[in-house]
Amino acid sequence: MQIRKKGKKTVPPVSTASLPDIVFMLLFFFMVTTVMRETSLKVTHVIPKAKEVAKLERKSLVAYIHIGPPLKPLQSIMGTEPRIQLDDAFAMPSDIATFVESVKAETNEAEVPLLTYSLKVDVKTKMGIVVDVKQELRKANALKINYSTSKIIDKATTL
Amino acid sequence: MARSKREIQEINAGSMADIAFLLLIFFLVTTTMDVDTGLMRVLPPPILEDVPPPPPVKMRNVFVVLANSADNLLVEDEYMQVEDLKDAAKEFIIGQPNNPGNERFPEFKVSEDPLIIKYFGANYLISKQIVSLQNDRGTSYQLYIAIQDQLATAYSEVRDEVAMNQFGKKYKELKESKSKVDNEKAKAVRKLIPQRISEAEPKEIGG
Repeated sequence: MQIRKKGKKTVPPVSTASLPDIVFMLLFFFMVTTVMRETSLKVTHVIPKAKEVAKLERKSLVAYIHIGPPLKPLQSIMGTEPRIQLDDAFAMPSDIATFVESVKAETNEAEVPLLTYSLKVDVKTKMGIVVDVKQELRKANALKINYSTSKIIDKATTL
Repeated sequence: MARSKREIQEINAGSMADIAFLLLIFFLVTTTMDVDTGLMRVLPPPILEDVPPPPPVKMRNVFVVLANSADNLLVEDEYMQVEDLKDAAKEFIIGQPNNPGNERFPEFKVSEDPLIIKYFGANYLISKQIVSLQNDRGTSYQLYIAIQDQLATAYSEVRDEVAMNQFGKKYKELKESKSKVDNEKAKAVRKLIPQRISEAEPKEIGG
């Protein structure tokens, strides 16, 4: 027996050369499928559920209005009542007109009629504040709105 | 010379994975992947002062939904649970075209729309239905969305039934179909059963 001289058989180490490729693949996947976070939330919201939901296409043409109780650390200043958040700051219903104007100014003129205002509202909110926001949106001629809701996965309807 | 051929040293790629991981984690943290879904609605345009108010609508054509601050629901003067709203609304939207004397259901008229005539014939009766939704400032958002959802489901189920009877396909299939003819059919169905949800200016109903 000349071919195998030494008795100890060592398992060759697993090559990690392809690890960067795998990670890069993951990276590209996430870069393509996700969108950059634009605002940091200052309010909390649990989004209600509904059946007849439609998908929001073209996120660049969506402006968000968040309504809900302020985050825990901010509650000592802002209280626990639901508040409106526009962009990165708390706002009053009267600020919505300015907000709508700034959103419209940032958008390509041809696409202004396609702008959608997505209302992300906490389920426990009372309608009063939502109604105020809607009236302000109406006055500002921002008529396309979307009540953000997640879809109920209902087995009975998928059959 | 001892070394005649100087070999180019290979770059150590061992840390490449770490760099890629770092980038990956950065993107994981700064981006969001949530698919935004929701109920699309179009608000009525703002009321101008010098425009005369629209003509009043006959009460029998209106399906009245009231929600008070205690989250109770009053539908056509009857107390109702929100789960039952869909069926009640559906019954109203379909109505009774062959029994115009029934005051519980809306009136019908013959449509002159060319698209409806093309696909449904010249004497197809369409309902004058309107759903009126009024809520209190104290109504919870959850109930409001549940009502909106029930009404939207009622409309889409009625459209499905009509589309199924006429074309043998569901409304949604027609709408999302690639063929132009199917899209036109979907438009005809939409004209036949327009989603008319009118929201009154909110009041302090109380309760």
